[in-house]
Amino acid sequence: MTAVIAPSDVHAGESTSRRTWWIPGATVALVVAFLFGAMIGPAGPAWYQVPWEILDRLPFLAVDSGATDLQSTVLWQIRMPRVVLAAIVGAMLSLAGASYQGVFRNPLVDPYLLGVAAGAGLGATIVIVVNRSATASWPVDPLPVVSFVGGLLAVLITYMVGSAFGASKVPATLVLAGVAVTALATAVQTFLLQRNTEVVRQVYSWILGRLSTATWADVRLVLPYVIVSSAVLLSHRRLLDVLRVGDEEAAALGARVDRIRLTVVIAATLGTSAVVSVSGLIGFVGIMVPHLVRMLAGASYRRLLPLSVLVGAAFLIVADVPGRILSDPAETPIGVVTAFLGAPFFIAVLRTRQGSLR
Amino acid sequence: MKAFRARRLFVALPLVLAVSCGGDDATPNASVAADSSAEIDESIPAEVPTRIVSLSPTHTEMLFALDAGSQVVAVDSLSNHPEEAASVLTDLSAYEPNVEAISSYEPDLVVIADDYTGLTEQLDAIGIPVWEGLAPSSLDDVYEQIEDLGRAIGRVEEASEVVGLMKSGVESILSQAPGLDLGLTYYHELDDTYYSATSNTFIGSLYELFGLRNIADVTEGTSDYPQLSAEFIVSQDPDMIFLADTVCCGVTAESVGARPGWGDLSAVDRGLVFEMNDDLASRWGPRIIDYLWTISEALTEAVANAS
Repeated sequence: MTAVIAPSDVHAGESTSRRTWWIPGATVALVVAFLFGAMIGPAGPAWYQVPWEILDRLPFLAVDSGATDLQSTVLWQIRMPRVVLAAIVGAMLSLAGASYQGVFRNPLVDPYLLGVAAGAGLGATIVIVVNRSATASWPVDPLPVVSFVGGLLAVLITYMVGSAFGASKVPATLVLAGVAVTALATAVQTFLLQRNTEVVRQVYSWILGRLSTATWADVRLVLPYVIVSSAVLLSHRRLLDVLRVGDEEAAALGARVDRIRLTVVIAATLGTSAVVSVSGLIGFVGIMVPHLVRMLAGASYRRLLPLSVLVGAAFLIVADVPGRILSDPAETPIGVVTAFLGAPFFIAVLRTRQGSLR
Repeated sequence: MKAFRARRLFVALPLVLAVSCGGDDATPNASVAADSSAEIDESIPAEVPTRIVSLSPTHTEMLFALDAGSQVVAVDSLSNHPEEAASVLTDLSAYEPNVEAISSYEPDLVVIADDYTGLTEQLDAIGIPVWEGLAPSSLDDVYEQIEDLGRAIGRVEEASEVVGLMKSGVESILSQAPGLDLGLTYYHELDDTYYSATSNTFIGSLYELFGLRNIADVTEGTSDYPQLSAEFIVSQDPDMIFLADTVCCGVTAESVGARPGWGDLSAVDRGLVFEMNDDLASRWGPRIIDYLWTISEALTEAVANAS
């Protein structure tokens, strides 16, 4: 893999105003997206009642939104957790994607690269195949737990295989090991499915991503992992900028390249596994959002990472809206929506980068 | 909350059992064919099949109800009913059928529900006939299909007997069911991500017999098996909820009540969340009478609850 990121726009030559306005701008975009996402759905309060409902929930404020109890329940118990979870998942996938792209110096890398998705998918499949009814009475639903562990295990195997074949010298080795582990886990998953065809729909619906059944419990489940992972990744944003010059040069500058790469990979994997375990596989976000941010605000990781968090959150909230209303009151899976957006997006990226890559 | 899962309230069951216990010595007889020759066409096989392989749980149930158990040599991995089928249960897959594996049973008829993979052509190439019974859209389709299967396997008399029993079963259930004119609403849940079935489907048509209104019907034009949004289900507040995902997904009336936002639903509040049997809800064999009976009982409860 060669470094594709053009170093011209790294540090110098950027006006102070350009640097300072992106974060507040993205924050505003996130707030707008959040309101938009909260306002639109097949049921619940009328859109103009939603801001009042939200104000009513703030401490020391009592506002009558005019919504019925049922509408209020729909908003707070069904739609809000979905919007919040979309924000968390979008932020995490984008941040993890940008970080992976940094350590592998390859803009086409996504957070599922090292086998997280395939491992988590295999875990979820195993739980569904083993029999959901047997586990229904368990205090903890094993589905997210096992898919979380599956995702982590897959990346661990990738790392072990990669290290055995010299991944510390050539990062591409790790990527190839990820491809192998992904292929293997997918093969096992397909085999299990083929043996248990009656669960195909359930597994399929997991693979397509499922924000539709989001609850506050899901939010509570993933939030700790996402916070820890994000904190670690964001604290590495300057080091990722150093890595952009290449391993040897970075080492010459005093960076401990191996350790940085390992830490970032572990943190990104932890966060990705956590969100995948509750949301299923939502593709393209981890590539699309960092690309978009790079196009708008430049390639410096100091800005790219925090902006990816904000834009990723806003993006997935908005992307989930068509899922809710496109075939209202039926659902369109979020994974389908992001894939739909992904393909034209890449074509647009190719178009705009054509000149800059030369 | 009532768990119907364990119940075996086949109204016409004693009679069907009497038919199916008729004994294995009842070799497919020529007299049956001769008696009803007037309405049979050339679709009757020259020789009655005696080595049937069933790749469809629904049709396994039909075959055994038609007293053709002795003619069946293998059933697919999901054919878990009736009990007698266990002796011919194999790991043959209904969805990914393997022609070599099937042919190793030397069948003279393969019964399938749907040809997903071009199986008919493959079996045709090695001279094995196939009988296909697609998913029906109404009870009449089911009756027709059972009679057609009866003709194909030389059990014409048994078929008309089973169909007769089913018809009188349906009639007696519907004549006793209360509240047919109330237009109560219901939600039929296929899995824990809120997939449902509209009235266009066979299962939906069964509820329709009771005058129930399906909340999934507003999705008309998209899919007959739409994934409903939770917001929509909750805001519709259906009078009754039928869970056809108790086996696949371990959903219970209790777990439905525990879903965020679902606790205040009137069906939850009044105990009108019914745990159905996934298999019964997805097959169209003679046991649909059982299913109709559970709907009828649920309706009785709903009506009692409303008054």
